[in-house]
Amino acid sequence: MTDVAQGSPGRRGTGKRPASGKSIKAAPVNIRAAVESRLAMRHKAERRFRNTGLAAIVLALAFLIVLLGSIIAQGYTAFWSHSISAPITVDSAKVDARDLAGANYHMLVAAALLQKVGAPDDELGDNAAAMKELISTDVAHELQEQLEADPALIGKTVTVNGHLSDDADLYLKGEVTRSVPEAERKLTDQQLDWIDKLKAQGVVSGAFNSQLLTASDSTEPEQAGLLGAIIGSALTLLVTGLLAVPIGVMAAVYLEEFSPKNRMTDFIEVNINNLAAVPSIVYGLLGLALFINWMGLARSSPMVGGLVLALMALPTVIIATRSSLKSVPPSIREAALGMGASRTQTVFHHVLPLAMPGIMTGTILAMAHALGETAPLLMIGMVSFVPGVPEGFNGAATVLPVQIFIWENASERAFHERTAAAIIVLLVFMIIMNLAAIILRRRFERRW
Amino acid sequence: MAFQMSRILRNSMPTQRDDGVDGPISGAAVEPVVNVTPGAASHAPVSQEIKIRARDINVFYGTKQALYDVNIDIPAKGVTAFIGPSGCGKSTFLRCINRMNDTIPGAKVKGAIEIDGEDVNQKSLDPVVLRARVGMVFQKPNPFPKTIYENVAYGPRIHGLATSKEEIDHMVESSLRRAGLWAEVADRLQSPGTGLSGGQQQRLVIARAIAVNPEVILMDEPCSALDPIATAKIEELMDDLRQQFCIVIVTHSMAQAARVSQKTAFFHMGYLVESGPTEEIFTNPRDTRTQDYITGRFG
Repeated sequence: MTDVAQGSPGRRGTGKRPASGKSIKAAPVNIRAAVESRLAMRHKAERRFRNTGLAAIVLALAFLIVLLGSIIAQGYTAFWSHSISAPITVDSAKVDARDLAGANYHMLVAAALLQKVGAPDDELGDNAAAMKELISTDVAHELQEQLEADPALIGKTVTVNGHLSDDADLYLKGEVTRSVPEAERKLTDQQLDWIDKLKAQGVVSGAFNSQLLTASDSTEPEQAGLLGAIIGSALTLLVTGLLAVPIGVMAAVYLEEFSPKNRMTDFIEVNINNLAAVPSIVYGLLGLALFINWMGLARSSPMVGGLVLALMALPTVIIATRSSLKSVPPSIREAALGMGASRTQTVFHHVLPLAMPGIMTGTILAMAHALGETAPLLMIGMVSFVPGVPEGFNGAATVLPVQIFIWENASERAFHERTAAAIIVLLVFMIIMNLAAIILRRRFERRW
Repeated sequence: MAFQMSRILRNSMPTQRDDGVDGPISGAAVEPVVNVTPGAASHAPVSQEIKIRARDINVFYGTKQALYDVNIDIPAKGVTAFIGPSGCGKSTFLRCINRMNDTIPGAKVKGAIEIDGEDVNQKSLDPVVLRARVGMVFQKPNPFPKTIYENVAYGPRIHGLATSKEEIDHMVESSLRRAGLWAEVADRLQSPGTGLSGGQQQRLVIARAIAVNPEVILMDEPCSALDPIATAKIEELMDDLRQQFCIVIVTHSMAQAARVSQKTAFFHMGYLVESGPTEEIFTNPRDTRTQDYITGRFG
């Protein structure tokens, strides 16, 4: 038999069987020809596979770009808003120094602005009422506060600042145009003329909408902000992290490094994996029954929210920690045990530090997941309207994703762009957390 | 491979016998490794004092029996080599000596292993104490992913052998010196131990083991991941260390066993077939299985 025939696949395949004349005859003589005849097909298969993978990535990227693009396109306008800064002559006939709370400041401002646009009020006050629709309530509040601080200002001219109403703001941003029939928009042509005039006079000007990040929720879209939700999220995540991380990591360390491997630990392991797959709303129901009804904790509070999210994050933290403990090479454990280190010393001196990057990545991803969680928080009442920063862990609070949910359901059109803006803010926090995960992993990663 | 090995052995054996008893120890490092260097090691008289005494050792992994009635005495000073084909139980037996088998779920050891007359398997003996007395070097160099200094200082630290920084510094230096690594790493003690070459890592691991001054050092194929030059250095080191320690080495290389050990034990299929002075095992084996193995007929 020749060398060529021996090395050929055909010969190898039949090598173990009793040699028959047939199999020897079937063996190709020329390896090169045999390989080359299939080569084109093999290359084609490889190209096909590579292109499919590339297409999958392009498709995924396209989805991501469409998603982010549509959110940013809808939301970026919310970071810009228009405000009023106008000198108002406080008529002493309309404001009584002894009854400051009784005066109609809103009307006072509206009347002053009407003069600015050269449209005197009529007898019925229709024009003033129309002008009132263009300015937000905070202008009047500021005027009242100024007068309460210094009643001597009555009869003089004071400069007040405040927001334009949401509808006027949308017009200036170009989201409501005159091409829409007058009957179908909230503002009349006359009101739009006034806005244009005020804008031309410099009474109305646009600026970065810091309100969005420094104010809490409000029924007036132009005054609404995310501060309350951001702080609510922070407090909730603090509770979640302080509970889920130490408990989860310790549970994983025990299960992976110390527990005997028997039916009991198998049972526990299966159930931890099951818990990771339980729908989050079920955790909400559990939290409602356990923490609010049975333990009597305050509803809508970051404490209960954090407890529920901690329950939800625990399986993820345990699974991530266990898998990163598993990935620590056994040679390190052998080295430490061989040196006479106890099991605890082995784990805490060597295994845990090596598993740290993985644990931190898994934990931060679990936290990021908890940050975006909505459904269980709806069950425990965090969906309520909270017009302020939460008062500690037991105060009423809402969180960013729930705020998005609330704004999405609001009827005012200006809340739409704010919903998208809130999503952008939430995504920014997510990106910050994920970046932290990557940076921490890089810093702690060591080779072995 | 086996054929090659036997050829090496056959070629080198006569040289070994012809050579003088007082051959230079350092010869092992400079001579090409393919030759079995006739070191003083091979001819030094085997110490009569017994360090480890194993009686009727049976080891089970679950239901599978890995060792059958192993009886062996290991001398207090010198190198004892365990040879045999893969899966013959030599590593298993080695791991019985410092109870590393405890860490394997389902492993069960029956029989008595005594170190200086003390049973290592008795309940009252904490494996931590045992392993401080019996150091271990593994097949793959496994320094901790910490600095060179920390690697060596780890043992003295956890066992509380040194309290002050100076004492630990001193222990680190003397251990690295004894492991023949000091000159190479003195100026980079704070760089990671995993950044060293394979041979240096293995010597670092040996330095780490001898830092706690053990009585016995177990080596599980310490050179199988190393190149011939690094292997020669480790063998030279073993020859130095055998004056102070009881060294037990598992090796696949019969040439290595012949070079470094004074006593050799041949394992096959879970049985200790034969043990005795290295020279006798290699030149005049009593059992045909030993004969077949060292002449390369199987394994």
